[in-house]
Amino acid sequence: MSLDKNILVKLKDAGFRQNDKWLVKGVSLVVEKGKIVTLIGPNGSGKSTTAKIALGIYKKIDGKVEKYTNKVGYVPQKVSIDWTLPLRVNDFMVLTENLKDDAINEALSLTGVEHLKNKNLGTLSGGEFQRVLLARAISKKPELLVLDEPVQGVDFTGEIALYELIKKISEELNCGILLISHDLHTVMSATDHVVCLNGHVCCSGSPIDVAKNKEYKVLFGEQASQTLSIYEHRHDHVHSHEGDIKKN
Amino acid sequence: MFDDFFIRALVAGIGVAFVTGPLGCFVVWRRLSYFGDTLAHSALLGVTMAYSFELNIAVSVFLISSIIALILIQLQKKTNLPGDALLGLLAHSSLAVGLVVIGFLTFIRFDIMGLLFGDILAVTIDDLLIIWIGGGLILLVLKLIWKPLFASTVNYELAEAEGLNPDRAKAIFTILMAAIIAISIKMVGLLLITGMLIIPAAMARNISDNPRKMIIFSIIGGLLSVIIGLFSSLEFNSPSGPSIITASLILFILSLLKIKQSIHLKN
Repeated sequence: MSLDKNILVKLKDAGFRQNDKWLVKGVSLVVEKGKIVTLIGPNGSGKSTTAKIALGIYKKIDGKVEKYTNKVGYVPQKVSIDWTLPLRVNDFMVLTENLKDDAINEALSLTGVEHLKNKNLGTLSGGEFQRVLLARAISKKPELLVLDEPVQGVDFTGEIALYELIKKISEELNCGILLISHDLHTVMSATDHVVCLNGHVCCSGSPIDVAKNKEYKVLFGEQASQTLSIYEHRHDHVHSHEGDIKKN
Repeated sequence: MFDDFFIRALVAGIGVAFVTGPLGCFVVWRRLSYFGDTLAHSALLGVTMAYSFELNIAVSVFLISSIIALILIQLQKKTNLPGDALLGLLAHSSLAVGLVVIGFLTFIRFDIMGLLFGDILAVTIDDLLIIWIGGGLILLVLKLIWKPLFASTVNYELAEAEGLNPDRAKAIFTILMAAIIAISIKMVGLLLITGMLIIPAAMARNISDNPRKMIIFSIIGGLLSVIIGLFSSLEFNSPSGPSIITASLILFILSLLKIKQSIHLKN
């Protein structure tokens, strides 16, 4: 049992190794009800890995993970839907939980894609698919939301609206959010707690504290332009027909 | 008009088609056709065990296929060989060992053709009970693991993250595969079982836009294949298993017309 009833998930010195290479090491963080924790860091710094550790997807880990809720909504960084499986948005919405039609419609209209309900998933654009992923994650009214770059490929105005929605959801549902984002501006304005990763925790704290931090300046002073330009030129999720989703 | 054996064959085939329909969809979705083949090949070993130790064929095939599936999972974890090489290794070596054992069992007359291609016309009342009760159990278990199995078929990480325990569902599904092979071996034979799983499901994929429809069409396709196949077998005196698979192939080819049509409509 958690001593503090507000704690949803707690990582203590957690790390994950794949093929004898540490993807991330020594991460400690806590996600509480109603709070948004954001992971930032360059590509390959272990943000998605940290999210997967928190979610219990990686099992053979170092350190400790304590998860106090099973009501989880997850938006992965990459999702590839196999064309051999005919799947409409509507079928995808009830993938992990049976929902009433009203709940499905409400979630889809919150992210602005109610009109796509009967479309086949394979026919959606990258941005549309991303909105469906977010709608699915929030539709089950989770206690913990883990969002791995939830607005990738979404148009500029949509991006702002979706971040506002995420903020609103955290307040309305009083759910904890673990967010991964490259958009430093959003991170600084919407987040309660920032964890800056680069294979390990460089620094963490309130957005203002982190922005003042020396290591953060070193990390983003040198790499921010590179990171952001990579972000702008990156394609969103891949519609792969083969194989598993592999982390970068 | 019909002899008794024909009615039994029909009832057996219909029972099998109800189970291979939904299971076949998962075989197609999860890319398990070669895995199904491997289990089916190992079934020959199960049949020889049944004769050697006077066990029920379905029970013995189920046990051997489950063991082969477990060995496969262990080999996948402990070796660096690719999955298809391991499947080939197990499929052909278990088939070979089975044939060698048959060679030793000279005191029993084996109907090899019947084992390989099915002998639906020799179905007994006991076989019917095994098919309908076993098949019912398979469908019941499939219904129970439906949510985690389907969710992890779409995306493993989503299922795992949102607490559905996909690994357990996958293990149970493997056992269901062994079970369907055990109950349908007599009907279509071990070389054709995978066809019975895949072809109706593939046909259904061509004409469905959602998973539920695909499963329903897959069952209907399987039922039609059994009925058409058996009647033509009676009419033209062709072997029953191959006739059923040929019928499902014809349905598949017809379903291609529907694809062409919808592509035409899009353009």
